[in-house]
Amino acid sequence: MNIEELEQIAASVRVENQKLDHEINVCMGTGCLSQHSDQLKDALTGAVEAQGKRCRVRRTGCMGLCAAGPLVLVDPEEVLYQHVKKENAEAIVASLGAEPVVELRCNLREHFDEQVHIVLENSGHIDPEKIDDYIARDGYKALVKALTEMSPNEVIQQITESGLRGRGGGGYSTGLKWSTVAKAAGEPKYVICNGDEGDPGAFMDRSVLESDPQRVIEGMAIAAYAVGASKGFVYVRAEYPLAVSRLTVALRDARRHGLLGNSICNTSFNFDVEIRLGAGAFVCGEETALIASIEGKRGTPRPRPPYPAVSGLWGKPTLINNVETFANIAPIIRKGGKWFASIGSERSKGTKVFALTGKITNTGLVEVPMGISLRQIIEGIGGGVPGGHKLKAVQTGGPSGGCIPADMLDIGVSYDALLKIGSIMGSGGMIVMDDTSCMVNVARYFMEFCMTESCGKCIPCRAGTAQMHTLLTRICTGVGTMDDLELLEDLCSTVKEASLCGLGQTAPNPVLSTLKYFRHEYTEHIAEKHCRAGVCNMQAVKSEVPSEVLA
Amino acid sequence: MPHMQGGIVPVFTPPPLPSEDKRWKIVNGTMRKNGFARHALIETLHTVQSSFGYLDDNAIRFVATSLRVPLSQAYGVVTFYHYFSLKPPGKHTMTICTGTACYIKGTDKLLASAEKHLCVCEGETTKDGQISLMTARCVGACGRAPVILLDGELHGQMTGEQMIGELERWQAE
Repeated sequence: MNIEELEQIAASVRVENQKLDHEINVCMGTGCLSQHSDQLKDALTGAVEAQGKRCRVRRTGCMGLCAAGPLVLVDPEEVLYQHVKKENAEAIVASLGAEPVVELRCNLREHFDEQVHIVLENSGHIDPEKIDDYIARDGYKALVKALTEMSPNEVIQQITESGLRGRGGGGYSTGLKWSTVAKAAGEPKYVICNGDEGDPGAFMDRSVLESDPQRVIEGMAIAAYAVGASKGFVYVRAEYPLAVSRLTVALRDARRHGLLGNSICNTSFNFDVEIRLGAGAFVCGEETALIASIEGKRGTPRPRPPYPAVSGLWGKPTLINNVETFANIAPIIRKGGKWFASIGSERSKGTKVFALTGKITNTGLVEVPMGISLRQIIEGIGGGVPGGHKLKAVQTGGPSGGCIPADMLDIGVSYDALLKIGSIMGSGGMIVMDDTSCMVNVARYFMEFCMTESCGKCIPCRAGTAQMHTLLTRICTGVGTMDDLELLEDLCSTVKEASLCGLGQTAPNPVLSTLKYFRHEYTEHIAEKHCRAGVCNMQAVKSEVPSEVLA
Repeated sequence: MPHMQGGIVPVFTPPPLPSEDKRWKIVNGTMRKNGFARHALIETLHTVQSSFGYLDDNAIRFVATSLRVPLSQAYGVVTFYHYFSLKPPGKHTMTICTGTACYIKGTDKLLASAEKHLCVCEGETTKDGQISLMTARCVGACGRAPVILLDGELHGQMTGEQMIGELERWQAE
C-alpha cells in the first residue's frame, strides 16, 4: 500500500458516490441499536428499492445525540431525523429531493454548532466495518506519510509539538511518553491501547471503537513506528461486544490491505495488533494492572517505578495510551502538531470527548475544544436540565473525580482547572445531577463502587474504602454523628496518601469534593436526620428501630 | 515424533478433553490458537464461559492443566474478575446496569423491585432455575439510562412496570 493506492481507493469511492443522489446514514451505535435501528435500516433499504431512488443506505457509528435516537442523517442535504421508527422509512425515502419530513426533523443547531469534531469527525459518516469508507476520508494517509516521509523522531516531535496529553484521565504528555519508550532499551517493544473504560457513566471509548475503529488502529501503528514496537494489543471490556466485533472486522481488513502485518507500505516496518478482552475489573484501567491482565494474571497493580515505558508487558518497554489519545494521532500527523496546538486552552490542547449523561436534555456524546466553560456544555450543547428541576452539581472523572457545584459552572474545562477545584478530567464522563440527587448518597455510591472494585492488594485502599463506605452508610441512614464525619475526613487523607495505585489514591475524591461544596447536606443528615433530596431513607431512625439493624 | 525418542527432552502433552462434548473442542481451539501459552488463560476462560455459560471445577482444572498454570492461579483469576461466574446461569438472565448515569436515574429502585419480585438477591438465580438476576458496572449505554439487559439484549429508559412485565413474561414460560 502506498499513497497512490490509497488515492485510488478514495477515488473509486468518490466515483461510486457520484452515481448517487443521496445517502441515508442510519446510526447503529449501541444506543440506537437498542431501539432497533437495524430493522429501520432494512426498512429504509427496502423503501429505496421499492421507490427506485438512487440512494445508498449506510450503517454508521454513533451520531452523538443518544437521547433522540434512533437517528437518521440524510446527505448531502444534512437533514437529521430523530426518533425514527421503521414505519417512517417510506416517508423519509419519498421526501428525498423534496421537502424533508417536518415532524421527524431534529433542529438542534446549538447542540452541534458549538462542537469541534476531531476524534469524532468520521463518526456518523462512515460505515465502521468498511475500510474503504475510512480511506475515502483521508484514512491511513497519516500512517503512509509517517512511514515514507518522516523518521520516528520527527513523528514524536510532531506529537510533542501538538501538546497532546493522555485522554485516559491522567493528562500526561503523550510526546514525552512516546520519547521515553523510544529511548528505552529492550526488544521487542509493545504498544497497548487501553480500552478498559471502567468509569461508570462514560462511553467515549466504546463509541470511538464502534464508530471509527480504523482510526484507533492507524494511531497505534504510527505510535509503534515512532517508538520502535512491532506488536500491539487492544484491551477492550468484555461488556462491549459490538466494539469488539467491529474492531475484529477492522483488524482483518487492515491486514488484507497490507496496513498491518509485515513490510507495511514496502518499508521494513512490521506491526500487528491483537485484541485482549477484559473481564470486568475496574482496576484494570490502571496501566500496571492492565499489563498483568494481558499476561493472564489477576489484575493487580504494582508499584511504579519502573514505569511501563521502561519495563511493562513481559518486562519489555511498553507504550500505553487510551483509545481517544490514539484517535487523535492521525489528524495530528496529517495536519501537523502546530494545527492541533492552535485548538484548546493554554496547557490543554485539542478537543475532549465527553459522555454527557444524567439529568440533562441532550444526553449523548459531545466533542468540545478544551477551555470551553462547563456552562456552555451543559446549558448550550446539553440543553440544560429537563423537567423544571434545578442543576445541583456536575460530576466528572467517575469514581476518581469530584462533584462540581452549580455556581462554578463558568470555569473552563482543562486538566489543570478541574484538578484545582478538586475534580479531575478523567476519561470524559460528565454526569449532571439536579435537586433530586442527594450528594451524600452520591458519595456513598462511588465509595461502594471503589470498595467492591478495590483489588485488595494494599491495605489503605482495601480496608479504608470499606470503612469510609460504612461511615457514609451510617450518615445516609441517619445514625451518623459528627465524630463519624471527622473520622471520614481523616480516613480520606490516609487513603489518598497511602494507597498503591490510582484507584485508592483518588477514591476519596467524591467524598472530599462533596464535603467541600455540599457540607451542609452532610450536617443536615447528621443533625436534623433530613435528606433534602428525599433520597436517603431515614424512616428506621425516625421510628426508633434499634440501630443494630443499620450498622 | 521427536519427543518419543529416548524421552530426554520433556515435551508437554496437553491433557485429553474432559468429555465428548463438542464445546471442549472450541475451548481447545482457543488454547491452540494461542500456542498453549500461559498468558492465554483469561482468553480461554472467556471461551469456556461463552460456551458453557459458567466455569465449574472441571473446566478450571482442564484449562489450568492444559496451559501449565497452577490451579491456584487459575482459580485466583476466575474469582478476581466479575465477568466470570462459578454458578450455572438460569434459563434467562436479566442484568441491571448500576453505572452512575443509571444510578442517577433510579436504577436502585429497579433493582430493589426486581429482587422483591423474584425473591432473590442480586447475583442469584430463582429456585426453579428460570431467571438469574445480575448487575453490571456500566454497559456504556448511559445515553439511554436506566438500562437493563434481557438475555444480553439492551433495553433503555426502563420503567419498573416494563421490567416487571418482562419478568412475568419469562416466569409464565
